[in-house]
Amino acid sequence: MAASVLRLGIPGRRWALAWIDGGSRHRSGTQPGPTSNRARGQSSVAQLSLRTAQKPRKGEHKWAAVVGLEIHAQICSNSKLFSGAQVCFAAPPNSLVSFFDASLPGTLPVLNRRCVEAAVMTGLALNCHINRKSLFDRKHYFYADLPAGYQITQQRLPIATNGHLTYNIYIRKKQSQVTTKTVRIKQIQLEQDSGKSLHDDLRSQTLIDLNRAGVGLLEVVLEPDLCCGEEAAVAVRELQLILQALGTSQANMAEGQLRVDANISVHHPGEPLGVRTEVKNLNSLRFLAKAIDYEIQRQITELEDGGEVLNETRSFDYKLGCTVPMRDKEGKQDYRFMPEPNLPPLVLYDATSLPSDADSQQVINIDQLRDMLPELPSATRERLVQQYGMLPEHSFTLLNEVGLLEFFQNVIKETRAEPKKVTNWVLNTFLYYLKQQNLAVSESPVTPGALAELLDLLDSKAISSAAAKQVFEELWKGQGKTAAQIMSEQQLELMQDREALEQLCQATIDGHPQTVMDVKKRNPKAINKLIGLVRKASLSRADPALIKEILEKKLSL
Amino acid sequence: MLGRTLLEVSAALKQGQVTPTELCKKCLSLITKTKYLNAYITVSEEVALKQAEESERRYKQGQSLGDLDGIPVAVKDNFSTAGIETTCASNMLKGYIPPYNATVVQKLLDQGALLMGKTNLDEFAMGSGSTDGVFGPVKNPWSYSKQHREGRRHDEHDDSHWLIAGGSSGGSAAAVAAFTCFAALGSDTGGSTRNPAAHCGLVGFKPSYGLVSRHGLIPLVNSMDVPGIFTRCVDDTAIVLGILAGHDPKDSTTVQDPIKLSRIPSEVDVSRLCIGIPKEYLVPELSSEIRSLWSQASDLFKSEGAKVIEVSLPHTCYSIVCYHVLCTSEVASNMARFDGLQYGHRSGIDVSTEAMYAATRQEGFNDVVRGRILSGNFFLLKENYENYFVKAQKVRRLILRDFVNVFDSGVDVLLTPTTLTEAVPYLEFIKEDNRTRSAQDDIFTQAVNMAGLPAVSVPVALSNQGLPIGLQFIGRAFCDQQLLTVAKWFEKQVQFPVIQLQDLMDDGSLVLENGKLTSVSLTQ
Repeated sequence: MAASVLRLGIPGRRWALAWIDGGSRHRSGTQPGPTSNRARGQSSVAQLSLRTAQKPRKGEHKWAAVVGLEIHAQICSNSKLFSGAQVCFAAPPNSLVSFFDASLPGTLPVLNRRCVEAAVMTGLALNCHINRKSLFDRKHYFYADLPAGYQITQQRLPIATNGHLTYNIYIRKKQSQVTTKTVRIKQIQLEQDSGKSLHDDLRSQTLIDLNRAGVGLLEVVLEPDLCCGEEAAVAVRELQLILQALGTSQANMAEGQLRVDANISVHHPGEPLGVRTEVKNLNSLRFLAKAIDYEIQRQITELEDGGEVLNETRSFDYKLGCTVPMRDKEGKQDYRFMPEPNLPPLVLYDATSLPSDADSQQVINIDQLRDMLPELPSATRERLVQQYGMLPEHSFTLLNEVGLLEFFQNVIKETRAEPKKVTNWVLNTFLYYLKQQNLAVSESPVTPGALAELLDLLDSKAISSAAAKQVFEELWKGQGKTAAQIMSEQQLELMQDREALEQLCQATIDGHPQTVMDVKKRNPKAINKLIGLVRKASLSRADPALIKEILEKKLSL
Repeated sequence: MLGRTLLEVSAALKQGQVTPTELCKKCLSLITKTKYLNAYITVSEEVALKQAEESERRYKQGQSLGDLDGIPVAVKDNFSTAGIETTCASNMLKGYIPPYNATVVQKLLDQGALLMGKTNLDEFAMGSGSTDGVFGPVKNPWSYSKQHREGRRHDEHDDSHWLIAGGSSGGSAAAVAAFTCFAALGSDTGGSTRNPAAHCGLVGFKPSYGLVSRHGLIPLVNSMDVPGIFTRCVDDTAIVLGILAGHDPKDSTTVQDPIKLSRIPSEVDVSRLCIGIPKEYLVPELSSEIRSLWSQASDLFKSEGAKVIEVSLPHTCYSIVCYHVLCTSEVASNMARFDGLQYGHRSGIDVSTEAMYAATRQEGFNDVVRGRILSGNFFLLKENYENYFVKAQKVRRLILRDFVNVFDSGVDVLLTPTTLTEAVPYLEFIKEDNRTRSAQDDIFTQAVNMAGLPAVSVPVALSNQGLPIGLQFIGRAFCDQQLLTVAKWFEKQVQFPVIQLQDLMDDGSLVLENGKLTSVSLTQ
């Protein structure tokens, strides 16, 4: 796939469908965007700033950027890839280290079945060919947090190859438009994570934590089919959702379960690819997009100023918002790859090749895993659109915010209200409150059940929409009251007493002769003003439709 | 008592003729007396006595764990032993006390065996003489035997003419040969068990690759290493192998299929066998004595009605070179973990992590180890990988195919020499460097490791100098039982003499019930 021309042909800005408040995009601008400095990397696509979308100066060549990614996803498993040590984030240093992880002499790797299954499931979900036989290799380099002096990986023959990942870019011109794009997946390989080095510059010492050493990783290598930071971020976000749906990785970037390296080059379309740089260790989607876009612009500027791009490894300084060369003391590395002699080839079976006498604990059946694949995000979105009649962008929002889909589905389950109403309340009101307080769905003071009850009240016309918002505000305070309790305590229920409402209407007519005159002069806004006055007098508890009916009758319209 | 075989002493234990503690103390005393052999790096006296005590209790309660209960054994110092220093005869691991037992060690202990100590070797098992470890060379017990004293030239009658034990498992071989234990574990990567077994007049067995767990064996070459067994007779080897063999969940290269190994029948019929004599193993450097014994051995099979045919293993001549490339490459990789951070020696130089690594490895490894690391890394460099490593692997495949072809043609067992000559004096041995020596000494043994086959060196007769000579039998992969059966028949025919250690026998601690001093059919 040729790299697309960098922005220049596209008028207006393009937006990722991964916007967390994508659903609110069509409403009047009452809702704030997501707060900045969000801790949760999951939603940070929303922070993309697209600095590369600049207009070319006259006479300039068009530049195209070519971006490829290497993504490391920590496998969600109880134990490590080759040892029985537990996998757990933020455990006390060096508390989860087996003899093998510490590379004690004489210890041998024993492959974790769960990690292989995770790799196969991920490969299947990403439309890969699953290799019936794959191999393990040693990659050598000296580093303090790599106790064996080599990493066991799959260099020659990885477990999965030749897949593709589909993602969606949302282009906003006058109307919304979704563009579906595909990035090819070169391969997925199983490999060991390293430990962590903590440099104490003050005492000039390095502390090593081997808890992470040997944790299973899936390295997903994308072909250079991407053309900008935003595309990269959206593609990674989609991968993240797939991994989470599969349960093969928690893929939390803030916790280092998903780490991205980007290979970036620029060239003139039709000409050979430019020299590439690698930007390493990008640990949030926002920084990923920023780093790539910065690096593209830096390379263009460098070349246009007559300079050259060096084949080097760079890191992203998130404080300065720019990439800087990494000081690589050893110079060019030769990893001296060698077959791992302690692990026989990894052989996988399918329904036809499975030996009849095979011990099911000792073999992995690809077809069986395929049957067990859960619904993937793209299918979920499609189902949401069809089942609940929501807009595609609403389905994106529901999936992008962690836990929101589950919340939505629980509300749907428990309420009689229309799905469209539920969508509206969840994406507008509920999400708005969350964003305002920078909370995750799991931290919400309002449970799906509480919202469902409120929507039931609304559905049965026991409460007006405006009053429902008031009830919601009370619910949000989390004082343990139900929607019905709040409604009756604060007398927010709709006035069911027609006589009393008629009296309120009469009093309003009597108190506002001028408005009444306007109504009679057929001023269309005047009747609404009267309705508003009656509602106000009813403390928002009256049904506007009923007020209108009574007013019209009394004024003989 | 100490001169008996494992099975004999096991019977004595069962019959109460001797208690495990008595046996243990006798062996410990012999270890002290033979300290000059330098067979042991660590003598685990306290551990052994405690194990003996427990064994004794079991015997008293009639709850013996089996043939190995109460039997003193020794283990090469490159097997991990929980709580007991494991050095690989290297400065790098001096003081390293592993927190776990190698599977083979654990299996021996689970059977009630008494661990007498850890035996000497070439540093990280790199060598063929057991001369290149930091604890000094191992001396061959036969240097001090009556047989050798009578056989050697008059001008050599001083102590400086002691002989090497062979290697790299020379300590284990010397330990068994000097009666300080009844069986010992060695390791065999290119011949490191069979070579010292031949030089020390013992049965030295290299099992099929994948039959016995390597977990806890500090690796030399993972794809060739196997734990080896030293005993005084083939039956003893079969007993120990029966205990060690089988799948180990901690070693993914062990075979999953259940292994059935039983005692070898006492009456063996070899008349239906086909014995192959590989013509490529007849090299000019082979001593005439060994050549003659080899041919007598094949006649022995012929006379029993076995078919003996000359066979060809055409790629044999490339084997040692390829072995060198593959061995050093894996060594370079395996040694990468010794950086002084987690365990073992750490240099005091701390200007930078890199400087610390370099100094640690310079101080920790000897020249042989460093030399192999250097050449291994050279072979693994991107620009060299195809030309050396990949090519060597291809040739390795051809060498394996040579063996497979021969076995497919109907040959049951191959018969070859184990070594070119009998053991040479240390002063002679060190005239050549380690690499040259290894290349010479592994010539008949390393191809077997390249192919993963089982092989056993069986002592045949004494040379004119009164030194042991061994011949090697090579079997089909996982036909270890058949191989040992043939070896047992052969052993019975040749009646190899027991070593006469004069100074040890003087105090009567060594009663040699089986002291058959001359071989029946193969006397030189």
